[in-house]
Amino acid sequence: MAANPMTQFEVYRIGPEIKIGAFDISFTNASLFMVVSSLTILIIFNLGSKKNSMLPNKIQLLAELSYTFVSKMISDTAGSKAKPFFAFIFSLFMFVLFCNMFGMIPYTFTVTSHIIVTFMLATFIFIGVTIIGFVKHGFGYLKLFVPSGVPIVLLPLIVVIEIISYLSRPISLSVRLFANMMAGHTMMKVFGGFVISLGIIGGWLPLSFSVALTGLEILVAFLQAYVFAILTCIYLNDALNLHH
Amino acid sequence: MIKKIFFQSIFFNFFFVKEVFTAESGGMPQLNPEFWISQIFWLTLTFGILYIVLSKLILPKISANLELRKSQIQENIEAAEKQRKNSESKLKEYDDIIFKSKLEAKNIFKDAREKVLKNINSKRETLEKQIDEEIKKAEHEINVLKKSAPEKINKIAIETSSELVKKLIGAEVNNSSISAIVNDLTKRNRNKYYGN
Repeated sequence: MAANPMTQFEVYRIGPEIKIGAFDISFTNASLFMVVSSLTILIIFNLGSKKNSMLPNKIQLLAELSYTFVSKMISDTAGSKAKPFFAFIFSLFMFVLFCNMFGMIPYTFTVTSHIIVTFMLATFIFIGVTIIGFVKHGFGYLKLFVPSGVPIVLLPLIVVIEIISYLSRPISLSVRLFANMMAGHTMMKVFGGFVISLGIIGGWLPLSFSVALTGLEILVAFLQAYVFAILTCIYLNDALNLHH
Repeated sequence: MIKKIFFQSIFFNFFFVKEVFTAESGGMPQLNPEFWISQIFWLTLTFGILYIVLSKLILPKISANLELRKSQIQENIEAAEKQRKNSESKLKEYDDIIFKSKLEAKNIFKDAREKVLKNINSKRETLEKQIDEEIKKAEHEINVLKKSAPEKINKIAIETSSELVKKLIGAEVNNSSISAIVNDLTKRNRNKYYGN
């Protein structure tokens, strides 16, 4: 009893082992929830965009509200130049949001609680943003590391700090999401364990705590998806509109 | 009592958890690289498909729907505006018509009054003319009478004088001498008698 709170993060193979060369790309529970999240997103938004009535029904309203929410977020943080990246940021936000939310259902697996997944997403964003920056501004993009209005004496220090902060972007971005998800789910599991171990007399307090934590975690699940998307927008803004 | 059990169990639970941690290998399953490649592969696959389907099929449709609705609402607002302008112009037209017809009514009234006045005036003029003519005629007659009056009076005077003389004296006097005297008198006192 009282299973290890970390066992919920274990990845195991579903079905046969698939290998391409030396790489094991078997279908796992992580893959299952990636597929489930993607499919849910596609089904919801497909239903929401199927027919256009003057008075939208609930699912259409949901789809259109999400659309305007993300598009407003992008235009607020990255300006009108970020329009071509709308689809990417929209799918990124939805994917992270749905993975987080599916993780809130008991006995499911949280895809985003794995550092490798968030790190891959963040690395992809980092590399993409860097490429966009260099394509747009050439070597002028390096001006990003030299903020204007800084005394010459401080400049070497500032440049080093800026470079380090730029390079740590994928790490901070991925660790933020991964750590939030993992910590939340571990905490819930620990409190769930308390309910069992304290029994019928003392178990009510951790149970109520668990209920409160569930609400908090749903909030965190949304918030972290939002933060992930908005940070992507901010990085994109740096690459598109060089302000320094 | 309950508090004691609670805190004890928290303590023991941590103890227990730690024991389990150490019992299982690795601690965090996230750091176990066994399925990393698989996760990267499936992430790329699912996210790629999600991105392609969303960007190529679904998002343009939602965007088109939103645009369509926006333009439809805009169109409706424009149509409403047009109707409003239309009704305003109609109202203006109506006001114009009313104003015009009022003016016309005034004109007709004025014309009628003028006509009546003219009529009255012309009638009065003809009446005045008639009256004038009659007055003139009467004056003429009076004048004629006036003119003929001395002669007649002279005649009467002559006759009466002759009669008087006849009665008083009893002698017949020649009419011609009396008429000469009368004529002489009238000639002398013409102004006194007829002061004209």
